[in-house]
Amino acid sequence: MHPVIRTVLQRLGLGLLTLLAVSVIIFSSLELLPGGFAEAILGQGATPETVAAFNHQLGLDRPAAVRYFEWLFGAMQGDFGKSFAGAGGWRSDNVRFVSDIIGPRLYNTFFLATLTAIIAVPLALALGLLTALYRNSWFDRIANATTLTTIASPEFFVAYILMFFFAVKFKIFYPLSTVNATTPFFEHVTRALLPAATLTLVIVAHMMRMTRASIIALLSSPYIEMAKLKGLTGSQVVLRHALPNAWAPIATVIAFNLAYLVVGVVVVEVVFVYPGIGQLMVDSVGSRDMPVAQACALIFAATYIMLNLIADIVAIVTNPRLLHPK
Amino acid sequence: MTSEPVNIRSIRSRRTVSQNIWRTLKSAPPTAIFGMVVIAFYVFCAAFANWIAPYGEAEIVGKAYQTSSTEHWFGTDQIGRDTLSRVIYGARNTIGIALLTVFISFCIGGVLGIYASVTRGWLDIILSRVVDILMSIPVLIFALMLLAMAGKSVWNLIFILAVLDATRVFRLARNTSLSVAVQDFVEAARLRGEKLPWIVLREIVPNILPPLIAEFGLRFCFVFLTISALSFLGVGIQPPTADWGSMVAESKTLITFGRPQPLIPAAAIALLTVAGNFVVDWFLHKTSGLRDEK
Repeated sequence: MHPVIRTVLQRLGLGLLTLLAVSVIIFSSLELLPGGFAEAILGQGATPETVAAFNHQLGLDRPAAVRYFEWLFGAMQGDFGKSFAGAGGWRSDNVRFVSDIIGPRLYNTFFLATLTAIIAVPLALALGLLTALYRNSWFDRIANATTLTTIASPEFFVAYILMFFFAVKFKIFYPLSTVNATTPFFEHVTRALLPAATLTLVIVAHMMRMTRASIIALLSSPYIEMAKLKGLTGSQVVLRHALPNAWAPIATVIAFNLAYLVVGVVVVEVVFVYPGIGQLMVDSVGSRDMPVAQACALIFAATYIMLNLIADIVAIVTNPRLLHPK
Repeated sequence: MTSEPVNIRSIRSRRTVSQNIWRTLKSAPPTAIFGMVVIAFYVFCAAFANWIAPYGEAEIVGKAYQTSSTEHWFGTDQIGRDTLSRVIYGARNTIGIALLTVFISFCIGGVLGIYASVTRGWLDIILSRVVDILMSIPVLIFALMLLAMAGKSVWNLIFILAVLDATRVFRLARNTSLSVAVQDFVEAARLRGEKLPWIVLREIVPNILPPLIAEFGLRFCFVFLTISALSFLGVGIQPPTADWGSMVAESKTLITFGRPQPLIPAAAIALLTVAGNFVVDWFLHKTSGLRDEK
């Protein structure tokens, strides 16, 4: 077998194993709850009979291993079980399925992430390239200080500053991003612009710095010096000689930062009251609706692991030293 | 012909420690000086909060949601507590909790990491795999999950974040100490018959201290931001404890009325982490042996 395929398959297997282990951790966190979940929900005064009925209704009286595999296979088919929000009562008709709650919100979060990526990736690459070319200029210094500041400050600070100036002082954008299923596409875009701008500021900083670093590392290598000594122009050196070799690190940088987006989205959605999956997770944590929290955590973790896996694989596939083994 | 003995400078006279520190500080770039001044100011506020703050931490001093005045510089919050006093007390609570968390995570991660790298063997393999898995979930998501399960309390927050953060410390401590542990002087110490504590404390720790100290600064900034984010989301530090993250969350509706009050605690968080990053940047530059290209 070709060594590249073998390495890629190894990485895929490792990623799947990690995902499995993560799902075990997420599932078992419910089991570790002291006193069981029923008592936490029903309170101290619950009689043993109510607790047993509650557990039976939610299926919590069966062995954990059985429930884990049911949950896992269900999750693979998009069924995350029932929410605890309507459970525990005597009526069973107000039980809501987790997948029904998550579905539309997943779309919203995906929408926001895509919008951010469309703005952020070209911007970061252009800025990274420019700061690498004109390094140590005033432009580079300003970009450097600005990005260090946006990396270091909390997301909600950036978000509220943007909201304060662009939505409240100068009414250019909507201050809150409340959307629902009937919101038209363009209104959805305009309402999601401020959260997307916040996320853009945060990940552009990371992406730009990493792009800059990888281009600078490339530009100091001997074959670039050779190209310069041959008398090629600056743009030829960068576009024809440096960039083809820079794609691998840049692709890794993009995937890595989209993975970072997964975390940033939680806080930003809460700030702008954007009905995405991050806000849902925070709400479910607040009300201790564990099936919803577990489903959200699993989706977040799976996305994160997947994007990191893609970054790994892109790095392997585009490495010429692995493609042409001796 | 006799020549006068040349009066050479005494070789043995050295700079004292304080002179060395002063020399290093004088050469610091303006960003690092700015960072250190800011950090010193925060530490001062945290240490003397009782004397600086004009009002008490949970003292209700007037009407709710007042704008800034000479009595209340930053106005009052949703139940009429003085915002300035709460920002000052917040320095003590937020920074204290973050410091404690990072300290615990270094105790767990550092000790396990160095021990794993010195002994190798099955413990090293198991711990490394566990750390790989734990690191594949974003800290914020994991912490939200675990806090939902364990319930919101400060001790749960500290413990959960310390364990999650210890994975990062473990990886760094293990990798740096592994590169030291294979060197000849450690081998020599082993052959000399030194016991494990000597090898760790006299041979390895002094050599991995600079990256670990820098990591302490970075981890502090990261943990501090995570705690603020969790408090902002309402699952971190709980009221009535004054804390910057939850203060932003409590007053966030004011911003839609055009009042910048929620920006004050948020700016306090941002300023500290920016300052911390500047100082760590400079420290890394100093200790990594890189010189300015001038």
